[in-house]
Amino acid sequence: METVRRRWMFRHPLLIRLAHWINVVCLAILLMSGLQIFNAHPALYWGSASTFDRPFVAITNDQRDDGTPRGILYVAGQTFDTTGVLGLSNLNGQQAGRAFPSWATLPAHQDLATGRRWHFLFAWAFVINGLIYLLYGIGTGQLRRRLIPDGDQMRGFGSSIREHLTLHFPEGDEAKRYNVLQKLSYLIVVAVLLPLMVLTGLAMSPGVNAVVPLPDLFGGRQSARTVHFIVTNLLVLFVIVHVLLVLLSGVANNMRSMITGWFVIERRKLPAGSGESR
Amino acid sequence: MRPRLSLPKPHRRGFLTAAAGLLGVSALGGCERFAASPTGRRALKAGEDANMFVQRLLLTPASLAKEFPDSQISPWFKPNGTIDPPDRAYKALAARSFEGFKLRVDGLVERPQDLSLADLRALPARTQTTRHDCVEGWSAIGKWTGVPLAEVLQRAGLKPNARYIVFHCADTMEYAAADENEEAETDKTANPDMEARPEGAENQASDSQAAGSEAPGAEAEEAQGTPIRYYESIDLTDAYHPQTILAYDLNGKALPVSNGAPLRLRVERQLGYKQAKYVMRVEVTEALKGIGEGGGGYWEDRGYEWYAGI
Repeated sequence: METVRRRWMFRHPLLIRLAHWINVVCLAILLMSGLQIFNAHPALYWGSASTFDRPFVAITNDQRDDGTPRGILYVAGQTFDTTGVLGLSNLNGQQAGRAFPSWATLPAHQDLATGRRWHFLFAWAFVINGLIYLLYGIGTGQLRRRLIPDGDQMRGFGSSIREHLTLHFPEGDEAKRYNVLQKLSYLIVVAVLLPLMVLTGLAMSPGVNAVVPLPDLFGGRQSARTVHFIVTNLLVLFVIVHVLLVLLSGVANNMRSMITGWFVIERRKLPAGSGESR
Repeated sequence: MRPRLSLPKPHRRGFLTAAAGLLGVSALGGCERFAASPTGRRALKAGEDANMFVQRLLLTPASLAKEFPDSQISPWFKPNGTIDPPDRAYKALAARSFEGFKLRVDGLVERPQDLSLADLRALPARTQTTRHDCVEGWSAIGKWTGVPLAEVLQRAGLKPNARYIVFHCADTMEYAAADENEEAETDKTANPDMEARPEGAENQASDSQAAGSEAPGAEAEEAQGTPIRYYESIDLTDAYHPQTILAYDLNGKALPVSNGAPLRLRVERQLGYKQAKYVMRVEVTEALKGIGEGGGGYWEDRGYEWYAGI
């Protein structure tokens, strides 16, 4: 018979919990208003200017041979039929030609002006929230402790991948810190992807361009817009995996810890005499 | 020991997911209602105010929009918005290659001006190859030649209370119908959620002027009441910027009608809809209140930012 002992651990300081949830709201609104803005010209290019007849990505619609409409996603020469979701989707019971469907955009109907207002207001909220988080995280050493893998963790990289694939997550003392894949993915999001979103976003501003030539960092304004979109996709991918792992690795414990700060560490005690206690 | 939650059972997990989904959906519905309320509109405008505040803090008169080598000029400068004004007066001018065109400069000026294209071409000129950024997201690079707006304003002489430069254009965007209110009422009853608008009636500010599908035909001109022609405005900070010009040439040739002939504003540190095409009159004012619905421009009165630096 093994017994399980639970120990409470205060895992997330108030400021980090607040920053996390404010970030959830900001990123949701930024994503949906961003898709609204994208719908105004659903094509992406490389370089400074648009090459209208040769986009890198385009979401549009055309007609099949039998005359029925279809939505299409075009990526670097490949065409995919995406009817129902991309290019052609349901809007109030009718098929409408629009890049992203109305359930994914803010506002739901096509309204670039309002989409832009949501986007910029929450971009400010996101940036201010992010700066406070970074200042606090760097100042208190929380960021380094939480996000930089320890030496022993890097050596256990392979076994961490195995643990994730088999959905066996660390327990006991090892659960007190983030595992190596967790640290690295958070680190990439915090230090690379989110700053890239801000930089590529600002690179699209003609006003900011007159102060700092940000588009040059990315090979032109249209490239910056394309990178903005690609990084959006990576962030969506991150959120999907993140939410999935939160659900799979003890949803109540994880949610409680990000709401109240308190996290439970489980310690399995093997029957006396077996020698090992983790 | 603190009280603890029991471990999740499968149905509980489903419930949590459903609750989160429901919360998300109602939050979004709330978002849209919030955006439509007066408080919501004011709150959403805070982002624009912050953008303008910060950009004005960082931009100096010497901060120039990037100028490109001629080799980067777009082979096709996408004409957008109005590409062929339906107005008879404009068509008559265009038919005579704008020979009778006079740019009117008036309002809060000491010496109102009427300047022909020859007069404008005789003034000092500036040529700049710049990137045009449409609010929709696309860009095109073109080489513009024109007279710096500062030269024109200097000739007219601003009165001390001058604050804004308003551009009145030749192209009709729509007609202010007499029964507009009644129509709006009917619409509301038909679509209480205000979502079932026809695709064509959508708010789409483009390069500068109208989204083509609704462009009224010339023959309909008399029938439909007062035309609303395109208008735009900038303040003195942008008006005196060295790259702010009234352009008469694109890529070394006279500006084509589709790109705004005979005269188009270039305000290079802002988005495309600020670059008013078919400019007929430059009016200097103290406020934007009396212009259109007070937002400072055709698209501004339809929800777009007056300061379009991002």
